[in-house]
Amino acid sequence: MTDVSASASPPFRLSMLINDRRYRSLTFQVIVFILVMLGLWWLIDNTLRNLALMGKSFDFGFLFQRAGYDIPQTPIPYTSDDTHLRASVVGLLNTLIVSVLGCIAATVLGILVGVARLSRNWLFARLMTVYVEIFRNMPLLLWILIIYAIFTEILPPPNAYRGENATMSMILFDNVALTNRYTAIPTLGMTNDPGSLDLGARITFNWATIAFVVALVGGWMLRRMIRDHAQRVQDRTGDRPVTWWKSLAVMVLPSLFLIWYFGLHLEPPSLQGFNFTGGLNVSNGLVALWLALTLYTAAFIAEIVRAGILAVSRGQSEAAFALGLRPNRTMSLVILPQALRVIVPPLISQYLNLTKNSSLAIAVGYMDLRGTLGGTTLNQTGRELEAIVLMMLTYLAVSLIISAGMNVFNASVKLKER
Amino acid sequence: MKKSVFLGTVAAATLLAGAGFAQEGSTLAQVKERGELNCGVNTGLVGFAAPDANGNWTGFDVAYCRALAAAVLGDPSKVKFVPTTGQTRFTALSSGEVDVLARNSTWTYSRDTDLKLDFVGVNYYDGQGFMVRRDLGVTSAKELEGATICIQTGTTTELNLADYFRANNMTYTPVNIDSNAEGEQQYMAGACDAYTTDASGLAATRAAFADPENHIILPEIISKEPLGPAVRHGDNNWGDIARWTLNALIAAEEYGVTSRNIEELVRSSTNPEVQRLLGTTDELGAMIGLDAEWARRAILANGNYGEIFAANIGEQTPIGLARGLNAQWTQGGLLYTPPFR
Repeated sequence: MTDVSASASPPFRLSMLINDRRYRSLTFQVIVFILVMLGLWWLIDNTLRNLALMGKSFDFGFLFQRAGYDIPQTPIPYTSDDTHLRASVVGLLNTLIVSVLGCIAATVLGILVGVARLSRNWLFARLMTVYVEIFRNMPLLLWILIIYAIFTEILPPPNAYRGENATMSMILFDNVALTNRYTAIPTLGMTNDPGSLDLGARITFNWATIAFVVALVGGWMLRRMIRDHAQRVQDRTGDRPVTWWKSLAVMVLPSLFLIWYFGLHLEPPSLQGFNFTGGLNVSNGLVALWLALTLYTAAFIAEIVRAGILAVSRGQSEAAFALGLRPNRTMSLVILPQALRVIVPPLISQYLNLTKNSSLAIAVGYMDLRGTLGGTTLNQTGRELEAIVLMMLTYLAVSLIISAGMNVFNASVKLKER
Repeated sequence: MKKSVFLGTVAAATLLAGAGFAQEGSTLAQVKERGELNCGVNTGLVGFAAPDANGNWTGFDVAYCRALAAAVLGDPSKVKFVPTTGQTRFTALSSGEVDVLARNSTWTYSRDTDLKLDFVGVNYYDGQGFMVRRDLGVTSAKELEGATICIQTGTTTELNLADYFRANNMTYTPVNIDSNAEGEQQYMAGACDAYTTDASGLAATRAAFADPENHIILPEIISKEPLGPAVRHGDNNWGDIARWTLNALIAAEEYGVTSRNIEELVRSSTNPEVQRLLGTTDELGAMIGLDAEWARRAILANGNYGEIFAANIGEQTPIGLARGLNAQWTQGGLLYTPPFR
C-alpha cells in the first residue's frame, strides 16, 4: 500500500464547488444560509423602514410607565399605579398558575383514562374512548367558551345567597359558594401569624408557608431514607422491616405540629355588599380555562399513556404473573416503569402545548400574559412590536425551562445502559 | 465571480422588494385607485355601527363613512366596513388595513401623539357612565363599593374606571371583556353588577334589551369622552379631507342645508357661506384635491349632522339620546365648525 492521496489531489478550481462531491454539500449549505440571512435582514429592514415612516421608534421605555389599569387576579400586590412591567409580571404569574394547575390535573386524568381505556370492562373502556375522541377532535377554544358559558348561564349570581329566603345555599359545610362570577372558597387563617419574609419589590412570603414547604420536603426525604434503609435490611437478611407507620409519621406529624402551632383554620367567605369577601374568589375564567385545558390535554395524554403501556411486550406481564405478582403490582412494578420511557418524551410536548394554549385565556377574560402585556398594555401604549416581541421571548423562555426540567426527569427514567 | 453576481442580484432584489413593501403614496390616491373606502367601525353597537337584518351596515358612525366615500369616490355605497374591537382598532388603522377609523374612539393626548393617530374632530361629545339593574337599588356610582364591573378591555374607560375607584377610595373587581356583545351577555347573566362604557354606548346597549325599563344608567358621568373619526398621522391631505367632510356635515345643519332642500339651495341660495360649501362659487374642493361638489355629495349621502343624529340615535329612535352637548353652538351645544372660506 502506498499513500497516493496527497499527490493525486488536483489543484482547487471554482467549478469544484458545484461538481466535486466533497465541496458540493458545503456550497449548498452556505448558499441556503446566506438566503435565510438575507430573508431575515429583509424582514427586519422592512419593519424598521415602516416604523420610521410612521414616526415610531423601537424602545422598551413604556414598560416603566404607569399602567393605569386594574387586573382582577393578582398573585403579587398590584395596583393601577404600578408600571406596565409589573402588570406584565402579574400576567406571567397568572399564565404559570393556570399552566401548572393544568399540567398536574391533565397528567392525573390522562393516566387514569389511558389505563382505563385498556380495561377489560367493555363499557368502561368504550366510555373512555368516547371521551378521548370528543375532546381530542374539537378545538380547544370551543371547549373553553362552552365551559365558561355553562358557568355564567347556569350558576346563580351572588345575590341568590342573600337574605332569609335565599334561593341558594353554600356547600361543603357552608364553606364554598358557587356563583356565575367565581367560586368563593375559604382562605387559611392563622391565630399565631409568624410574619412574612420580604423579598423586596413588595413580594412577600409568609414564614408559615416556608415552614410547611420545609416540613413537607424534609418529611419526603426522611421517608426515602427509611425506605432505603429497609431495602438494605432486606438485602442483608431477607426480611423487610415494617415501615409504613414510620413513613406516615415523618410525612404527617411535622405538618400537624405546624398546623397546631400556627393555629391554622379555614376562614369561610361571607356575602358582604355585592360580592363574597373574606375568602378567596377563584374566577370562573380561571376555572373554565383550567378545566378546558385539563380535559383537552388529558385526552392526548391518555393516548400517550395507552401507547406507552401497549409498547411493553406482553411477555413482561406474563412473566410477572408467573412470579405470582398481582395485577396492580404488575402495573406499578413492571409495566409502568418501562412504559414511562415511551411516555415521557411526548408528554413534554403536551406540557408545552398546554402552556402555550393557556394564551386563549383572553376569551374568558382571564388576565394572563396575553391579556396584560399583549392586551391592555399593548393597546394603551401602542407598542405593538415591542409587546409582541417581548411576549414571544417570554413564552419561548418558559417553554425552554419546562422542557429542560422534563428532560432531566426523562434522563432519570430512561433505559440505563451499563 | 458567478456567485458574487448572483448575490448582488439577490441583494438588489431585496432592496427593491423592501422599498416596495413600505407604504407609499397618499391615502387619497390609494382609495381612488381601489374604488372603495376601508372604514374601521365597531363590531356591533346598535345606532352607531351595526349590520341590519339584511347585512347592510347602518348607524351614526357608518353614516360618516358613507359621507366620506360619497365625497371622495362619488358613491356612498363604495365602503368596505371593517369591524374592529377595542383592542384591534388602532393597529388596524396604523397598519393601513383601514383608511379611516370611525368607531366611538376617544380623542386623547397620547393617542393623538404617541400612537401616531390624527383625530379629525369630534362627532359625539360623550362621557363614561354606569348601567345597573333597577332592582339592585343602587342610585349612584358612589354606592358601587365592592361591585363586579364589566369593562371593555383596551379602552379609555378601563383607565377611567381604575382612576375613579382609586380617587373615591373604593374597590371593585373588573371583568375584562372583548366586545360590547360579550359585555351585554355577561351583564344580562348577572355575572357583573354594573356595565360601564360611554353613556351613548350604554343607551344603545340598553335599547337592544328585551326589558330596557328594568335597567338604569347612573347619573354620574365620570369622564370626558370626545369621540371622533381618526386617520393615520402624517398624511395631512387625507386628514384634511376627513376633517372637512365632518365639518361639512355639521356646517350644513348650522346653515339649514338638508338632504331634501340641497338641490334647491344649489340653485337659489344667496348665502355666500352656503354657496361656498355647496361649491356653486369658489373652488374649495380643489384645495383638498377633490372636485367642487364633494360636500354636496357628502350631505346628500345621509343628510346633515342633525339628520344623521335623528335617524340613528336621536330621541325618535329606540336609543333615544338627547342632543345635549351635541347640539349646534347656536342651540347651546358644543358643535362649532370653523368657517368655510
